[in-house]
Amino acid sequence: MSLDLMLFLVLALVAIATAMGMLISRNAVYSALFLVLNFTTVAIFYLLLGAPFIAMSQITVYAGAIMVLFLFVIMLLGADALPKAEVLPWQRPFAIGLAFILAAEATFLLVTKARPTGDILQPADAVNTMDNLRAMGMVLFNDYLLPFEVTSILLLVAMVGAITLNRKEKGARKS
Amino acid sequence: MITVPVNYYIILSAILFTIGVTGVLIRRNALIIFMSIELMLNASNLAIVAFSSAIKSFSGQIFVFFVIAVAAAEVAVGLALIVEIFKSKRSIDVDQMSSLKG
Repeated sequence: MSLDLMLFLVLALVAIATAMGMLISRNAVYSALFLVLNFTTVAIFYLLLGAPFIAMSQITVYAGAIMVLFLFVIMLLGADALPKAEVLPWQRPFAIGLAFILAAEATFLLVTKARPTGDILQPADAVNTMDNLRAMGMVLFNDYLLPFEVTSILLLVAMVGAITLNRKEKGARKS
Repeated sequence: MITVPVNYYIILSAILFTIGVTGVLIRRNALIIFMSIELMLNASNLAIVAFSSAIKSFSGQIFVFFVIAVAAAEVAVGLALIVEIFKSKRSIDVDQMSSLKG
């Protein structure tokens, strides 16, 4: 077993364990922190796959900005667990069974039909950082310039929307 | 010097996506459901980057970059909505968001 495969398996175990921890922990703060760890392991996978720019964006945007926003909202709303009240007793086992079927289907279809042949490059070759970043910048600003600009408009719209939703209305509040 | 096969990344991505789907199905806390959606986005990103590395093209990485930007916008609006719902219902249990009237 090569070193890279061993690294992959350990990291995959960490990623799945933290995702399960996010799923089953009762406290929302623990869920958020598990998710930060999961995003960080996925960022390391991106490095192994030879995508250093995506890895750094993952850490700054997901683990940094998005999860800090989540933690702010959790602190704003209170982190207490919801009271236990099973509405549909058969819902949870049914959902888990459906999830297993989905996992089997997705794995089977992706592996057999999509035919991802070949292996990932050796990280030392792939993370040839300056070349990789320069090539990616050329592709981004030559071939994908319009989507890039549209993304900035999307972010502006999201910002205005978030501010408008939480703005205090002047005068009598209709309700 | 060949290392990890692409299939392993794809299987890991499918497992993470399924965990996200399970979270959306069985949890009732709106914030946890939202985190599960982020996990699903992340799993699909991992699959896209793996495919893009396998065919040695940059397009997949560019798509992932856009997906990350869209996810950031989605989180800003979604969390604002959750805060607003909490203000009117005093709860973030999705079972209680059953009426359309604010």
